[in-house]
Amino acid sequence: MSVKPASSNRPLSPFMIGPYYRAQLTSMLSITHRLTGLALAFGTVFLAAWVTAAAAGPDAFAVFADLANSIVGKLLLVAYTWAMLYHLCNGIRHLFWDTGRGFEMKTAYASGYAVIGASVVLTAAVWAFALLV
Amino acid sequence: MAQLTLPKNSKIDRNAGKLFKAPAGAKNVRAFKIYRYDPDTQANPRVDTYEIDMDKCGPMVLDALIKIKSEMDATLTFRRSCREGICGSCAMNIDGTNTLACTKACDDVKGEVKIYPLPHMPVVKDLIPDLTHFYAQYASVEPWLKTDTPAPTRERLQSEEDRAKLDGLYECILCACCSTSCPSYWWNGDRYLGPAVLMAAYRWLVDSRDEATGERLDQLEDPFKLYRCHTIMNCSKTCPKGLNPAKAIAETKKMLVERRG
Repeated sequence: MSVKPASSNRPLSPFMIGPYYRAQLTSMLSITHRLTGLALAFGTVFLAAWVTAAAAGPDAFAVFADLANSIVGKLLLVAYTWAMLYHLCNGIRHLFWDTGRGFEMKTAYASGYAVIGASVVLTAAVWAFALLV
Repeated sequence: MAQLTLPKNSKIDRNAGKLFKAPAGAKNVRAFKIYRYDPDTQANPRVDTYEIDMDKCGPMVLDALIKIKSEMDATLTFRRSCREGICGSCAMNIDGTNTLACTKACDDVKGEVKIYPLPHMPVVKDLIPDLTHFYAQYASVEPWLKTDTPAPTRERLQSEEDRAKLDGLYECILCACCSTSCPSYWWNGDRYLGPAVLMAAYRWLVDSRDEATGERLDQLEDPFKLYRCHTIMNCSKTCPKGLNPAKAIAETKKMLVERRG
């Protein structure tokens, strides 16, 4: 038996979350924080389009308003609202972590569920306000 | 960019797995699906299925592995030593989380027991990962007491409170379950030190007898070594010793902020 050098063609062991590594609340919320951050960056483009349309005149604004008022447009806006509120709530969770607090697994799970709950409730509240007022 | 798929030579060959049947008459049969890789062939890794009569097997996953090796398939290769959760040798991925085979009860797993090597590591053979890089990273934090003051004529004393700061840190057995559960370590493990090594570093940072705190912090103040930790917390969830590397890393980040003043 010969000893293989460290640089040999060794396979990499399986690793992905899902098929090989169990998904858990903390890791899922972490990846969601990243994805909502990404979504917010794209959302800002639509925000810029809205402002640009308003500056370009009533015709351009009417086109944008029609798009935003369509079912797809409204769904995107709800998603954008939730992404922002989730990112905000989880960001506050991160600030607590930055002070060294909330690292016990029980606390981390409780704060995780709280973030999910708060982001959904706040999204509903924003839309209830927007549609009713 | 995060790597999401396995390289070509690492993909599991789904058709190559062998089935080892339970002996006839066995009533309490359980299937163990185990990752196999033989460096002496050119073949890709495969997953073999072993049916075990649980009425004639000990309660832990390690008992099942030893039963397989001694009674069914002597080629199955894995590390083990103490069989009581203190040596860290039998760390592996069982039922989707990293843990020690010797302290994981088969009854804690539902359905088939799936066993893989620790994730995202070069595989030497079967369930044995190459930990060379992990150990080199551990050595890089110089895990020993460093002092400038002349050695006293007796031990360097420590108050009870200062000693208590090391609880929850010194118990680490370096099994690498936490580091290999960490997505940041999977994707940046070449430069990110990972939870186990960072907790070891923190163990010396908070030791009241150590006089190299500043030097140690300098070593860690790096975008990759420390700051690839994004508080995913797979590490603290998976630690078979119930330790909390995520908290130790957060405390280290705090020390770096505090010394900036």
